[in-house]
Amino acid sequence: MADASFPGGQTTEASDPVVDIADVMQKMAEHKGCGTEGGSGKASCGSSDGPEDMPPEIWEKVKNHPCYSEEAHHHYARMHVAVAPACNIQCNYCNRKYDCANESRPGVVSERLTPEQASKKVLAVASTIPQMTVLGIAGPGDPLANPEKTFETFRLISEVAPDIKLCLSTNGLALPDWVDEIAKYKVDHVTITINMVDPEVGQHIYPWIFWEHKRLQGYEAAKVLTERQLLGLEMLTERGILAKINSVMIPGINDKHLVEVNKAVKERGAFLHNIMPLISAPEHGTVFGLNGQRGPTAQELKALQDECEGDMNMMRHCRQCRADAVGLLGEDRSAEFTTDKIMAMDVQYDAEGRKAYQQAVESERQAKVAAREDALEGLEKAGDVKLLVAVATKGHGIINEHFGHAKEFQIYELSATGAKFVGHRRVDLYCQGGYGEEDALDTITRAINDCHAVFVAKIGGCPRAELAEAGIEPVDQYAHDYIEKSAIAWFKDYIAKVEAGEIEHVSRGDAAIRQGALLSSAG
Amino acid sequence: MPYKIVASQCTNCTACEALCPNMAISEAGNTFVIDPEKCTECIGHFDEPQCVAICPVENTCVIDASVPRYTP
Repeated sequence: MADASFPGGQTTEASDPVVDIADVMQKMAEHKGCGTEGGSGKASCGSSDGPEDMPPEIWEKVKNHPCYSEEAHHHYARMHVAVAPACNIQCNYCNRKYDCANESRPGVVSERLTPEQASKKVLAVASTIPQMTVLGIAGPGDPLANPEKTFETFRLISEVAPDIKLCLSTNGLALPDWVDEIAKYKVDHVTITINMVDPEVGQHIYPWIFWEHKRLQGYEAAKVLTERQLLGLEMLTERGILAKINSVMIPGINDKHLVEVNKAVKERGAFLHNIMPLISAPEHGTVFGLNGQRGPTAQELKALQDECEGDMNMMRHCRQCRADAVGLLGEDRSAEFTTDKIMAMDVQYDAEGRKAYQQAVESERQAKVAAREDALEGLEKAGDVKLLVAVATKGHGIINEHFGHAKEFQIYELSATGAKFVGHRRVDLYCQGGYGEEDALDTITRAINDCHAVFVAKIGGCPRAELAEAGIEPVDQYAHDYIEKSAIAWFKDYIAKVEAGEIEHVSRGDAAIRQGALLSSAG
Repeated sequence: MPYKIVASQCTNCTACEALCPNMAISEAGNTFVIDPEKCTECIGHFDEPQCVAICPVENTCVIDASVPRYTP
């Protein structure tokens, strides 16, 4: 077995553990800050965005990883390189035949790359987007079903751009065989998609797996898969590699069962749990798309995430991105970096310039945290009132997007403990399937129907009136200010108006989770 | 010599290429092809044809009826 150590050379001795998973998870829960369950509310919020809150090794790993830190995802970008086309299992929510440049979901990619092309692409993107800090291999198949290509890519990139963090996302079937190789390349973050820990449930999600030169089906397939996934997770934890668990919420199949999955992965040291809504539409040609299996509503998803959120972090900012996505989560700049374009680029890797840029980003983050702290004063008056607001943002934690240009809205829950990021809603149009004609405003209203207000940098008169009619208050007075600070300030006003009897606090209904196309930057 | 890949179905995922015990599969343009001279239906190697077992699209690696079945 490999030495369970961090790159810093400290080992996980029992007396002075570098990685106390329970402690780290608690710290991370606080790091996410301002949650309802943290207990110490303001205090944990206050110091949570700094390195003093968690072991420095862990902080170094997550502070600029947009997928592992909700807070970081406003500032840092990631990219995936599609070097791993082969897969060793079949999932009912995946169809490998489908590709549309305007389509965004895992397993979909426009072109696959060789490790050499991938390395060139990483350099090109890193030079163009200095806040790109993370390189992931997520398919479009399974990275560990393509081990030579995957590890050769990691090797090349660690040579030319050693400051970039490496991660991969796997279905877990082959994981136990490759954990030591993963540790060798200093891959600090591994995501395993675990949709079940009971083969009775699993047989309805996985029609088959390829195992020891045979295609296994049904219960038998799911049994092998769950055993391998959990073993792989335990092996990652032993080696101090952070593991994120992705679970697809499939109503009627594994929605209730995911609470058990959450317990099982928590026990085995998983760092973060990401419950995502099923993406399912007939035009995708997946089994679930064709048999009419629905995805969850926004409130069903949030209720499950809330239920699983105890001392474990729940990821709520996942955008279920493509295996070749580039940019901040929620944007996709992959069209700027096609193989033709990157091969024509004259790339100068400017490590110093990237460092300077990222230091500026850190200052920006600190300012944002400070602004939020000041705003929290006096919030206890909110009592039990809890509500959601939507925010139009292009990143940096600022309200800086025009209502009409927003491709997604970020959702914050406001309560006496502050503002908590709880999700996002896509509002862009489908690229096909006859939905192109639908009313854009109507789409937005449905997507944020559970929100009391929507914060924008600017909004036109017509949508303003329609939103107000739907009971959603358009708010543009905080344009270009910090999201959390502004949302809390608005919430205090709201509470004051409720107290004064000017308005009555009423709950809002549910909202639809939109699926399908994420129109790229050209859109 | 019997398996072939239906080009219109192939996703180019490469999974079959590495599994073929006879190195009979190679890339050709936007698809993969099986060399009928090399394919043994995996007889003598595995219980089931590996390309069929791993292929993510059903009915893509199929018996090529235009040539005789493999006989060991």
